[in-house]
Amino acid sequence: MSALAGKAEPTEGFVARLQDVGLSYRRTRALDAITLDIPAGCMVGLIGPDGVGKSSLLSLIAGAHAMQEGRIEVLGGDIADSRHRRLTSPRIAFMPQGLGKNLYPTLSVFENADFFGGLFGQSASERKARIATLLRSTGLAAFANRPAGKLSGGMKQKLGLCCALIHDPDLLILDEPTTGVDPLSRRQFWELIDDIRKEREGMSVIVSTAYMEEAARFDWLAAMDAGKVLATGTPKELLERTNTSNLDAAFVALLPEEKRRGHTEVTISPRGGGAAEDIAIEAQHLTMRFGDFTAVDNVSFRIPRGEIFGFLGSNGCGKTTTMKMLTGLLPASEGTAHLFGRAADPNDIDVRRRIGYMSQAFSLYTELSVRQNLELHARLFQMPPERIRDRISYVAQRFELVDVMDTLPDALPLGIRQRLSLAVAMVHSPEILILDEPTSGVDPVARDGFWEILADLSRKDNVTIFVSTHFMNEAALCDRISLMHAGKVLVSDTPANIVRMRKADTLEQAFVEYLEDAIGETDNQNVKVSGAPQPPEIADRAAAAHERSSRFFDFGRMFAYTKRETLELQRDPIRATLALIGSIVLMFVIGYGINMDVENLSFAVLDRDDTSISRDYAIQVSGSRYFVEKQPITSYDDMDRRMRNGELSLAIEIPPGFGRDVMRGHNAEISAWIDGAMPTRAETVRGYVQGMHSTWLTQRARQLYGSAAIVGDYQLEVRYRYNPNVLSLIAIVPAVIPILLLMIPSMLTVLSVVREKELGSITNFYVTPVTRFEFLVGKQIPYVILAALNVVMLTAFAIFAFGVPFTGSFLAFGTAALIYVIVTTSMGFVISTFINSQIAAIFGTALITMVPAVQYSGLIDPVSSLSGFGAFVGNIFPTAHFVTISRGAFSKGLDFADLRTSFVPLLIAAPVLLCLAAAFLKKQET
Amino acid sequence: MRLANVFHLGVKELRGLARDPMLLILIVYSFSLSIYTASNATPDTLNRAAIAIVDEDDSPISSRIITAFYPPFFSVPRLIDRSEMDRRMDAGLDTFALNIPPNFQRDVLAQRAPAIQLNIDATRMSQAFTGGGYVQSIVSGEIDEYTNRFRGATALPVNLVLRARFNPQLDKSWFMPISNVITSITMLSIVLTGAALIREREHGTIEHLLVMPVTPTEVMVSKIWSMGLVVLVASALSLAWVVQGILNVPIQGSLALFLAGTALQLFATTCMGIFLATIAGSMPQFGLLLMLVLLPLQVLSGAMTPRESMPEIIQNLMLAAPNTHFVILAQAILFRGAGISIVWPQLAALFAIGVIFFYFSLRRFRRFLR
Repeated sequence: MSALAGKAEPTEGFVARLQDVGLSYRRTRALDAITLDIPAGCMVGLIGPDGVGKSSLLSLIAGAHAMQEGRIEVLGGDIADSRHRRLTSPRIAFMPQGLGKNLYPTLSVFENADFFGGLFGQSASERKARIATLLRSTGLAAFANRPAGKLSGGMKQKLGLCCALIHDPDLLILDEPTTGVDPLSRRQFWELIDDIRKEREGMSVIVSTAYMEEAARFDWLAAMDAGKVLATGTPKELLERTNTSNLDAAFVALLPEEKRRGHTEVTISPRGGGAAEDIAIEAQHLTMRFGDFTAVDNVSFRIPRGEIFGFLGSNGCGKTTTMKMLTGLLPASEGTAHLFGRAADPNDIDVRRRIGYMSQAFSLYTELSVRQNLELHARLFQMPPERIRDRISYVAQRFELVDVMDTLPDALPLGIRQRLSLAVAMVHSPEILILDEPTSGVDPVARDGFWEILADLSRKDNVTIFVSTHFMNEAALCDRISLMHAGKVLVSDTPANIVRMRKADTLEQAFVEYLEDAIGETDNQNVKVSGAPQPPEIADRAAAAHERSSRFFDFGRMFAYTKRETLELQRDPIRATLALIGSIVLMFVIGYGINMDVENLSFAVLDRDDTSISRDYAIQVSGSRYFVEKQPITSYDDMDRRMRNGELSLAIEIPPGFGRDVMRGHNAEISAWIDGAMPTRAETVRGYVQGMHSTWLTQRARQLYGSAAIVGDYQLEVRYRYNPNVLSLIAIVPAVIPILLLMIPSMLTVLSVVREKELGSITNFYVTPVTRFEFLVGKQIPYVILAALNVVMLTAFAIFAFGVPFTGSFLAFGTAALIYVIVTTSMGFVISTFINSQIAAIFGTALITMVPAVQYSGLIDPVSSLSGFGAFVGNIFPTAHFVTISRGAFSKGLDFADLRTSFVPLLIAAPVLLCLAAAFLKKQET
Repeated sequence: MRLANVFHLGVKELRGLARDPMLLILIVYSFSLSIYTASNATPDTLNRAAIAIVDEDDSPISSRIITAFYPPFFSVPRLIDRSEMDRRMDAGLDTFALNIPPNFQRDVLAQRAPAIQLNIDATRMSQAFTGGGYVQSIVSGEIDEYTNRFRGATALPVNLVLRARFNPQLDKSWFMPISNVITSITMLSIVLTGAALIREREHGTIEHLLVMPVTPTEVMVSKIWSMGLVVLVASALSLAWVVQGILNVPIQGSLALFLAGTALQLFATTCMGIFLATIAGSMPQFGLLLMLVLLPLQVLSGAMTPRESMPEIIQNLMLAAPNTHFVILAQAILFRGAGISIVWPQLAALFAIGVIFFYFSLRRFRRFLR
């Protein structure tokens, strides 16, 4: 293969040379011994369906993924060498797969581009100039303030390109940049790339794509399948070698024999004319508005029974909404839809039984086996139970699923899963099938097989098929197609007629012209792409970039992360709430929740004596601030009932003759029952009752015998220091503040890193010159500021809402708190290095931080009374030291000088934790 | 609403749960190990409380006192100077500092009633609160024994006979497991239903359901019954095997009545799970919301500390939460053996809250599906 590659080389030199490259994800082999020389200065395409290893290969070349086997040289150096990566990263731009995968959906177009500029250390004015040029040339200038998440697929990709081009790279790597984008945007995208290449001669572009028709315009191709390169060469060479007329066919021809078996070109017989009277779906002037946004605008259709009706358009152009209205799932704002002559009523559940639906993403239950999926759907469609078994075995045979009936869908290849989806949609024999991009990501062979089934359904079973697609060769197979754009249908006719009417060469050409007309009508701002960005910089730009990237710490790059993190946090209501008031809510809850004061206990007396002495006893109890007296108890039954339902915590029985016995000095006995359901409370109650009993006795004794000898041998003077009234809040609140300042800030920083890992934007950190410290400190700053704000709020809340007196030095407390939140946010980063999902981050962080904080940091037991492991953790865990400072400053009236020994560990922990996080943080995906 | 659909969709949920090892582990853990460990963790007993003694007397009586403190309740006393005492307490090293003044023994024997000073760091929650009494009784016991002088009671011969009902020994290992069962019931029912809805949304299957002849009510009810059933069965097994079986906690009332109350509680909390899931939309956001919702729900409901000691306004606010009523109900039935004639107000309140939650959740759920 490498021999072929050498022969096909159009210009001198190679931009990347791969030697025996292999890559495995656990047991899956993604790439297998690939040796490939990629020519420089031209447009190179990697072609092949999803999951063949294109993305893996590109991320290896971009340096985003760590090398496992073999060697890759990019721009004259080994990409496995981190020094080479740091020096070359300003010359490489990488746009990962997925619409807007490395963009930040809540940030606006400008903010996104601005962030990328910042990653390359560009100054604010330079960024502004560059972004202005780039947005103008991509036609995004009018949308500079729109959040990236609200852009259409094509616009997202253009923005992605802007972000990739902001630093004038020499090597541009694009992973499936046009998947899911409408034909016009696709064409515009490629024209943009062409223009840029004209402007920046010598720039190499490596692109992967699943659209073979796009690949025809590239300079050089490498066809891939199952982790291997099948063939390389110019498009012409590939066609010649395989003796085919188009790349789709060429690719199939290049596949190994066993994959091609049974593959034939799809041909669909023309429809018989007679059925035209029988209209399956009819729509008249359908309009759908969501608020002031018109998703679908005045759409009309008539689809006869048995027709295959194709639907084309970009993501978000209203296709899905139209489908939903046509089938009556969504009530239209205006207009009517009829199914088989009956008005589609969203409340008419029966209509749904005539429809089969297959959505864009694979959307069957992955936790159910193939058979269970089929059964569930059959049942939900209310098929008679006795017919279900036969129907399922019939469907399984027809869609060739017999061998996999008890397998889970996840274990199946994509092609078979699509067949399963179709089988599920067909299980109740619907008359209409709605398929939303059923074949995206499926290889050409499986796709053709899929269309054979569709043809069969339409022609033999007279099923009306409504299908949306991005593939032109699929669109050409439909009986009629409709092109939608921004909620409007632009054209609706047979493929042949459309091509003829526009006098175009191909269907794609015709569509692009329709789209251009439509866009020209709606907004003139989106002018024809004109020129590449004008580099505003002087000649020694490269040298400057080089100098910047070799710098170990650059404030510009760091600040780019700070700014972005702040913006993102501002726009995420749930995270922002947690960050701002989460700690207050939790402090409030804990303050009252772990309260050990027991007050307002309800008690009642069963007074069977009813003398002045017995009443005196009862008054003694009810006079206490701890007890509230309820209605007297009338009988044992009454007592039993009231204690069982929890009304009384304490019941006192004074026996008959009590007053008399006391006066005579006979033995008397008072009985008291405590509700033991809550043992802690019961113990407190017991203590209170005993105390009151003895006080009463002393008083009585004094009355009877005078204050004679109640003097003891000695006096025990008990001084409750720092908290003379022994209030729980004063004891708890200063110790809870450190725990809250640990848990929430660390959780937020863990999330800030793990989110990027989970959503894919971490790639930006991998492939740009940002260093670990810039990344970490940049992200840390907003959270430290937020946490500092929390310190102020928590302290104010403690003092004013809970009434905890602050007796020590505010300055010492504030300084310690600031150091402490730097420590806790850094701790979050350390945790984030070994967690990969957000949900694990939330519960993992809570667990990891809470246990040592609650058990070993002196909240309940002081560190000095811990032993063994607990004592070790307590002595090094920063929370323990901050608890000492917090209690000292709140309750003990201490200042800097008294607390200095507790400052030392905090001052050590902050840099140590940050360095640990930087050491564990990976600058490449592994 | 078609019951057959509700049934089939519910069975699908159960199958889905069976294939999710993380959630299964969570269920088993929270109804077994978590409850078992809770009964053995006794946070309130005194453990190695740090005590320092300033002995300015250096007499037989003072050394008696010093040797009376030993582990596990107290640390071995550290003998310090008077000057060190404040500093050590400021730094939080000692919880107790006992100061025996000069000539203490002589004054005691001479009945001059000398003062012995006990300093307690009252910012140390449990140790200070429970340990103070221990220290006092140890000190007085030692002194009394030393002076060896029996003193007749000057008090009246009135006995107070105190009995604790429902838990005569005030055994904390009875209380904690049942509290934890209540906590687990609430947490799991919210997590399971919320996760079930978010899973469907993340996999795009919810869209799929909508094109079938299935109404949102059916989807929601199916999740409620299936996840509610799982938690109900798990809590019944947990009470029978773990709480009664392994931990030997006597359950006073009728288990069936408690489970009926649990069913009502689950009705309300599963609706809450759906509601939160529709607000959150994604699993991470759901997790964050849980942090903010679950803790107040549990801590302020009275499951951990008595409601009476909370401010009036919180007590009233928490009446809107199903947990509050469930905790009252559970404690009445399980600890005090209450019957339906006593707990019917709680059952009625739970039912009413459940209906209201269901109504709001369903409304939100419908909008969420749009």
